[in-house]
Amino acid sequence: MTSIKLRAVVALFGLALVCAAQAQQAAAPKKAATQTKKAANSSPSAIAAEFEKFRDIMEDASPAELFEAKGEELWKMKRGPKNASLEQCDLGQGRGVVKGAYVRMPRYFADADQVMDAERRIVYCMVTLQGFKEADLAKKPFSSGSHTPDPVSLVTYVAANSRGMKIAVPQKHPREREAFNVGKEIFNYRAGPWDFSCDTCHGESGLRIRTQDLPNLTSKKEAIAAFQSWPGYRMTGGLMHSLQWRLNDCFRQQRFPEPGYVSETISDLMTYLGVNANGHVYKGPGIKR
Amino acid sequence: MADPMRIRATAKDGGINVKILMAHEMETGQRKDSAGKPIPAHFITHVSAMWQGKEVLSANWGPAIAKNPFLEFNFKGGKKGEKIQVTWTDNKGEKRTDEASIN
Repeated sequence: MTSIKLRAVVALFGLALVCAAQAQQAAAPKKAATQTKKAANSSPSAIAAEFEKFRDIMEDASPAELFEAKGEELWKMKRGPKNASLEQCDLGQGRGVVKGAYVRMPRYFADADQVMDAERRIVYCMVTLQGFKEADLAKKPFSSGSHTPDPVSLVTYVAANSRGMKIAVPQKHPREREAFNVGKEIFNYRAGPWDFSCDTCHGESGLRIRTQDLPNLTSKKEAIAAFQSWPGYRMTGGLMHSLQWRLNDCFRQQRFPEPGYVSETISDLMTYLGVNANGHVYKGPGIKR
Repeated sequence: MADPMRIRATAKDGGINVKILMAHEMETGQRKDSAGKPIPAHFITHVSAMWQGKEVLSANWGPAIAKNPFLEFNFKGGKKGEKIQVTWTDNKGEKRTDEASIN
């Protein structure tokens, strides 16, 4: 089991390197690079289209709904050292208002004096209202095996309550604009042993890793992909993952130091990605392969 | 405690269409963890659906059913507003029952 997994990971990194090489190639002999890319792309897009069909069929039977239900239960249940529910949690639309909150985050919260994304805000509420310790929540923050951390279910529930709504990540407060600019900076920041940035894989249309198409997150048209994909139920391993996890994993794959759980870095990056996706309609938590 | 199910029951073509999502590990007992120790089997052994006190579905399940299973079935009779109850039992004796109204 482990060896298979290891091999898969090695293969992925191998391909990530290919992707980097492609990106570099594109800078020099542009024509040749685009031609190879086109040839390589024809079949994976067909697979992606097939998967879209599958996603449509599974839409009303998506296992993501199980986590939505669990999140709702957790939201309303009195828990933690302070024995309180999260119904007093302000997600930016007023205390306890969940509807439409997700598509308007990250946003600036005066009480915390921070720009916070949904998961960060949920953790903030779990700490302030319920008395949980942030250090405990950060110990095992991502889904693995049969373990789904509570904030993941909660963020799935919150996200589901913005299903079918337009993304409108605010840029009114100066701190929100600052978060966008810092997020953009992080997105384009090349570093690490491979001299990678997010932009290396997500700054150009038509790139892919194996059969996975890589959305160009700098373009208005494709930026919805980041917002739409997570929280999502991943068929591989049957795990529910949030955008928090995805971004953390992107850092890991780039061989960057991993950011802290619900850190400012992630909120800033999410602000940048969210604002780029503004105007698109959010379809709610779904399925990923 | 077991996690809640999602149940949808809709009146369709004179019958009732029921869709159920269950949250369960469905561990076969054949797999090993990273330390090489076998992961104990943990799966649903029986699913039953009740409508108005009458059993409309009874199914014996085994380890071949996937994680977080989805089950869809139709039955005759039933109308809007009536209740459907679904119960699963697993090999550890755990149970979960959820209810939904037909709409």
